[in-house]
Amino acid sequence: MRSVNRARKLTIAMSVGVAATVGLSACGGAGGGGGGSASGGSDEVNVLMVNNPQMIDLQKLTADSFTAETGITVNYTVLPENDVRAKFSQEFSSQAGQYDVASLSNYEVPSYAANGWLTPLDDTVAASSDFDQSDILEPMTKALTGEDGKLYAEPFYGESSFLMYRTDVFEAAGLTMPENPTWDEVADLAAQVDGVEPGMKGICLRGQPGWGQIFAPLTTVVNTFGGTWFDEDWNAQVDSPEFTEAVDFYVELVQEHGEAGAPQAGFTECLNNLQQGKVAMWYDATSAAGSLEADDSPVKGKIGYAAAPVKETDSAGWLYTWAWGIQKAGKNQDAAAKFVEWASSKEYEELVADEIGWSSVPAGKRASTYDNPEYQAAAAPFFQQTEDAIVSAKPDDPGVQPRPAAGIQFVAVPEFADMATQVSQDVSAAIAGQQTVEEALSTGQGLAEKVSEKYQEQ
Amino acid sequence: MTATVEAPAPHEPRPAAPGFRTPRRDAAALARAGAWARRAPLLPALLFVIVVTQVPFVITIVVSFISWNSLYPNDVAFGGVSNYVAVFTDANMRGSVVTTIALTVTVVLVSLVLGLVVALLLDRKFLGRGIVRTIMIAPFLVVPVAAALIWKHALYNPEYGLFNGALTWFTGLFGLPAPQPDWITNNPLMAVEAALIWQWTPFMMLILLAGLQSRPLDVIEAARVDGASSWQLFRYMTLPHMRRYLELAALLGSIYIVQNFDAVFTITSGGLGTANLPYTIYQQFFQAHDYGAASAAGVVVVIGTIAIATFALRSVSTLLKEENR
Repeated sequence: MRSVNRARKLTIAMSVGVAATVGLSACGGAGGGGGGSASGGSDEVNVLMVNNPQMIDLQKLTADSFTAETGITVNYTVLPENDVRAKFSQEFSSQAGQYDVASLSNYEVPSYAANGWLTPLDDTVAASSDFDQSDILEPMTKALTGEDGKLYAEPFYGESSFLMYRTDVFEAAGLTMPENPTWDEVADLAAQVDGVEPGMKGICLRGQPGWGQIFAPLTTVVNTFGGTWFDEDWNAQVDSPEFTEAVDFYVELVQEHGEAGAPQAGFTECLNNLQQGKVAMWYDATSAAGSLEADDSPVKGKIGYAAAPVKETDSAGWLYTWAWGIQKAGKNQDAAAKFVEWASSKEYEELVADEIGWSSVPAGKRASTYDNPEYQAAAAPFFQQTEDAIVSAKPDDPGVQPRPAAGIQFVAVPEFADMATQVSQDVSAAIAGQQTVEEALSTGQGLAEKVSEKYQEQ
Repeated sequence: MTATVEAPAPHEPRPAAPGFRTPRRDAAALARAGAWARRAPLLPALLFVIVVTQVPFVITIVVSFISWNSLYPNDVAFGGVSNYVAVFTDANMRGSVVTTIALTVTVVLVSLVLGLVVALLLDRKFLGRGIVRTIMIAPFLVVPVAAALIWKHALYNPEYGLFNGALTWFTGLFGLPAPQPDWITNNPLMAVEAALIWQWTPFMMLILLAGLQSRPLDVIEAARVDGASSWQLFRYMTLPHMRRYLELAALLGSIYIVQNFDAVFTITSGGLGTANLPYTIYQQFFQAHDYGAASAAGVVVVIGTIAIATFALRSVSTLLKEENR
């Protein structure tokens, strides 16, 4: 029986070992830091960035172009979006100086700038005549400017939102899409195209929980319905009549004429639905157009693009950009400025066009990109609407009332992500019919009031 | 082995001179020294184990008493039990405790039963048994997040998923319109559970199959000669033998499934009441950037797990009891 006994001991030891790893993984958060090599000298720059395709292209093209020309070595740390957010929030808040440059979004830049974590770029990158700051689209510059009027980041690529619809389906049904539709018109059209082809729904709208999922399009609807998360004095407005009306409208539209499986549908699901002919319209990011018009897309050439639907405002599209910010505590300030100047330049866009193709160019930031005939040819169906959408975005004044902080589809304060994600879970449940919109928003009001308290104290 | 010093027996003569040591005392001291000589080289390893397994936990405990939100690096201060108060008063956190328990119990029990059935079938000899066994294990080898993605997109999706596609094909055979249920929205928790059961049944099966194959066949043969029916063989011979394996499978399965994150994150993004504890902690850490509260939640989870596991191991399980026999 000895060997049996030993085997038993082994299994016990195994399970204890496993139990120990439970303890370990529960502590995953505590450590932090580490990773990435950092050392002095002005001939290198440490960059922390998100692992989107445009960044991966950048990483590939750096050595033969930037490093060859300037002699500056670029050390990249590339992480998925959630991880990169956690990492740069730690890095910048502690001003660790481990990274010189990070890919921030216009959600972080205003608060990071206010905290003094970023180096202003007015005298370096923006002053360079080669860089040509005036070529950067106005809303982008505005979204990346701090409250003190200084510029704190340069966009790498950007997007707004617009309405995409199937031109062939609309034609067959004898319907026309206005160039600047209102939400009421869109709701009507959704009802009319619902079911014109077997299994086709009217419209795809995100329902997946997450501040960057459902609340990206939904907050733009709230804005144009006259609602807001907070009024100028940081009073929470989540259960206000306007906010409620907007969410009611959105939830009802999705329930009646929206895609099946709406509470789990995010960007990817809606993209699939439109490509597979399961929906006739989709309101989402302008960057989706690239996938819809790709060579292997079944709906290539069959998609029309209209401005983001409105109600009480003139425009409603959102604004999002990944932008390069330089950490104030970074040791290689000069090299970092050179890197930012290169990565956001016209020359870099042309380099990508030469090496990879115009469809991969990090667009959405420069007027000159949209004036370029080659880019126009490559993005023929949507370049004009994309530029219009970005240019018409008003990051500092997206609704009908003054706002306490910047942002269109978000409120650019650090607490927003957590609060909006919690509210989004209840709104998603409302779409699934598990609770009413009023219940969801009254819980949301409580969460928003906690944020109010914090800012009203200051 | 004992290293305790034995008291001198009452009738033993006193030592003749002070400082004189009886041979028995000498032997005890020698045994003690010998024991330490054997233990000493192991101490660094023990220290290493303690450092590796316990230090991160201790750090988490320390952090859980600090009011620390990474977005406000200048406001880091000792917060007392405020993080714990926040954890216990947070409705989301309480809800996720219930969800975690429901999820774990369902997944472990169902996959245990299914695993036992499959193991019993695979315990028989038939042609191609090796291939079938490998096929059965496959789901467990799929990367968890990939499995969750397959379930969400390829199977559950009401528009282009396999389930509704199969329904359409099946009713199409009779020329009828197919019902197209929205699987995840209608039964969100069950959708997550089904994906997990699919992945964990092979794990249970593996352990139980090992148990079945270690049955003493001669005894079973004897029972069969004595006229025991198949059911009686299973009920009175196989099942008691399998008890330990069932307990081990349930224990390991519970430990892993309590921690499951991939399926919840991918299939429902924590919506529709499926947010379990790991997902809620993830949210607190990655979205609220509240290191203190996230650590406090982590500590509560570990304490809860240890309490339940100890209770289960001590009172229900035979695993540790037999060890001490």
